[in-house]
Amino acid sequence: MSDSSKSVDAARGKPAPATPLSARRRALVIGASEGMGAVLSRKLAGEGYTVALVARQKDKLNALCAEMNAGGERLALAYPHDVTKYKEVPALLRRIVADMGGLDVVVFLAGVNHPPGGMDKYNFENDRQMVETNLIGAMAWLTPVAEMFQNAKTGQIVGIGSVAGDRGRVGNPGYNTSKGGLHVYLEALRNRLTRHGVNVLTVKPGFVKTEMLKAAVGPTPFAIPAEKAADDIYKAMRRRRQTVYTPFFWSYIMFVIRHIPSFIFRRMSF
Amino acid sequence: MFNTFKQFDNFGHSLNAPGYHIQARTADDILSAFDLAKKHGLTVTARGAGRSYNDAALNGGGIVLDMSAMNLIQSWNPATGVVRAESGVTLEQLWQKVEPDGWWPPVVSGTMKTTLGGCLSANIHGKNNFKMGTFGEHVIEFTAILPTGAEVTCSPKFNADLFHAMISGYGLLGIFTSVTMKMKRLHSGLLTVDAFPVPNLSRHLSALHDGAPNNDYIVGWLDTFAGGRSLGRGQIHAARYLHEGEDKKPGETMKLKNQILPPYIFGVFPKSLLYHFMKPFANNLGWSLVNLAKYAASLRTHTFRQAHAAFHFLLDYVPNWELSYGRGGLIQYQSFLPKETAEAAWTEIITLSKKRGMPSYLGVTKRHRPDKFLLTHAVDGFSFAMDFRVTRSNQAKMREMLFEFDRIVLDNGGRFYFAKNSETTAETALAFYGEETVKKFKRLKKRCDPNGLLESDLYRRIFE
Repeated sequence: MSDSSKSVDAARGKPAPATPLSARRRALVIGASEGMGAVLSRKLAGEGYTVALVARQKDKLNALCAEMNAGGERLALAYPHDVTKYKEVPALLRRIVADMGGLDVVVFLAGVNHPPGGMDKYNFENDRQMVETNLIGAMAWLTPVAEMFQNAKTGQIVGIGSVAGDRGRVGNPGYNTSKGGLHVYLEALRNRLTRHGVNVLTVKPGFVKTEMLKAAVGPTPFAIPAEKAADDIYKAMRRRRQTVYTPFFWSYIMFVIRHIPSFIFRRMSF
Repeated sequence: MFNTFKQFDNFGHSLNAPGYHIQARTADDILSAFDLAKKHGLTVTARGAGRSYNDAALNGGGIVLDMSAMNLIQSWNPATGVVRAESGVTLEQLWQKVEPDGWWPPVVSGTMKTTLGGCLSANIHGKNNFKMGTFGEHVIEFTAILPTGAEVTCSPKFNADLFHAMISGYGLLGIFTSVTMKMKRLHSGLLTVDAFPVPNLSRHLSALHDGAPNNDYIVGWLDTFAGGRSLGRGQIHAARYLHEGEDKKPGETMKLKNQILPPYIFGVFPKSLLYHFMKPFANNLGWSLVNLAKYAASLRTHTFRQAHAAFHFLLDYVPNWELSYGRGGLIQYQSFLPKETAEAAWTEIITLSKKRGMPSYLGVTKRHRPDKFLLTHAVDGFSFAMDFRVTRSNQAKMREMLFEFDRIVLDNGGRFYFAKNSETTAETALAFYGEETVKKFKRLKKRCDPNGLLESDLYRRIFE
């Protein structure tokens, strides 16, 4: 490590090394600066994790990091990064793992949603942005993470999908595609990694009261606070579940929606 | 690079740390590991057999340079007893090479699985520390590669400062590549062993103290569950080499087949399964019964002859015994105290552990003498090692208790040993090493490793 990078580390401060009697678990949350990511990061810190926060918005990220460390103990480290800068990922992951002294959980919840808001407003650029962030961003991160966990024969990957990823619908094809693609990608990772002792959890939230929801077009039934979603995600992580809906009753709703035959679905309004 | 990622743990299986696993086969591999570290802004830790109870061979998120494949015994001269070997050679390889020719490593640890590089890094001691000193005192010279890329040769005379700092330096100044050392002459494959009980701590320590000058090895087992007037009771094993002529058939007793630990008990039951049967005892009640039974059995004073390997390598007697401690694993807390204060300090420590409901399950005592190595752990006194079981529910309480132990040991002029203790803080390390020593070590570190490439979890814990 060069002297300059060393002094940066010293200024930021690393978490104290783990010992047999003070072993904190370590999480990496990608898309941590606001909404569900920020709430889940706080939740994990409260449950005994040290958390590496990755997000694009530097100011919000640093504010969250400072808030989490306000108690004096170093519970969070901040790494500004745009998940569409795919080439930066391996080096950044290496640095995070070195700073944290290892990694137990990676949560990918970076995501953008640009609802077109009308039949005449479909927009390729918006769709591309959604796929590039929500899907390809996840693949850029989870490829090296999966390789790492597979070789270490331990670890947990949590991907935040969406109920919107279960069917292709009239209103927001780009978002449906990005989240549907993510579900399939996570399933592929699960099928590959379970035999190596790695748990892959797909979370499918319904409507969660965050910034993203404010942009939503149309009704947003059963919206829950982000705290409730974070609690559900943490519970599913502890139980090493495969796929969960949050809140839980979306599993019934989506069971029905997934099974609506196409000749009916293509005539429906949503 | 992520495809080399691997989870490593310590000997007690109480701490995991993943790292990039690189196997060194030649000196060039060591140099390329340093280059790789520089390129990616990572650090390097050398790992031998991974037999440290703590974090000395762990480097979370960094490069773990596995030295175990550099395991060639380069030369052995049965006439002079001088051996030269690569640093990944284990004590097992070494004694099996030299013993049939009538020699024995002058200092060995309680397990034969350790590598010579690891023995040098921790500057290990044996049950003869009071007489033969540490492992490093028998080194004629060693070669090592520094993170600067320089290859150095050190002996007590040549590069003496590095010699005395790298031995006991926990692999933080450079990486050992080979070592030349002198073995001890044997006249028999057997030792004469006296076993006798001691009823309390005072008698326990005086037995070690008074027994040492008349024996080649001395070690005590301490019943960590006994309190009150019996606190510190246990059993002493004192052993002597046989003189020339005492063994009528030295050629026979020195044969390898008469040394190797048998893989079966009672000739039939595989010892590799034994640890499963220890699991039900891995709790306070179980181990208190084991300690009680062991004390009862030790009441008989007797003298017997025992093969070297059987006497020394108790930790290898039940393979994988450390797994019987369950998922949380075990830690060892070992303190070294001057002979004047040892009794008071350990009375306090044992009493405290019983009061807190976290008794040690196994206690071992030894007699020591000081040495000249920079980061020495030795004192003119005694050591007492305690094994503790780690569970999810006792972690925080136990850590607090160990910090109280640290206080007691420091107040009594004691020291610690970093092949063992896993919770010691940087402040405590500074307190017993002294500022002068730590400064000297850091100056050498700067000289050997200007870019800070050699780091381990241990380094970050006690020197940062």
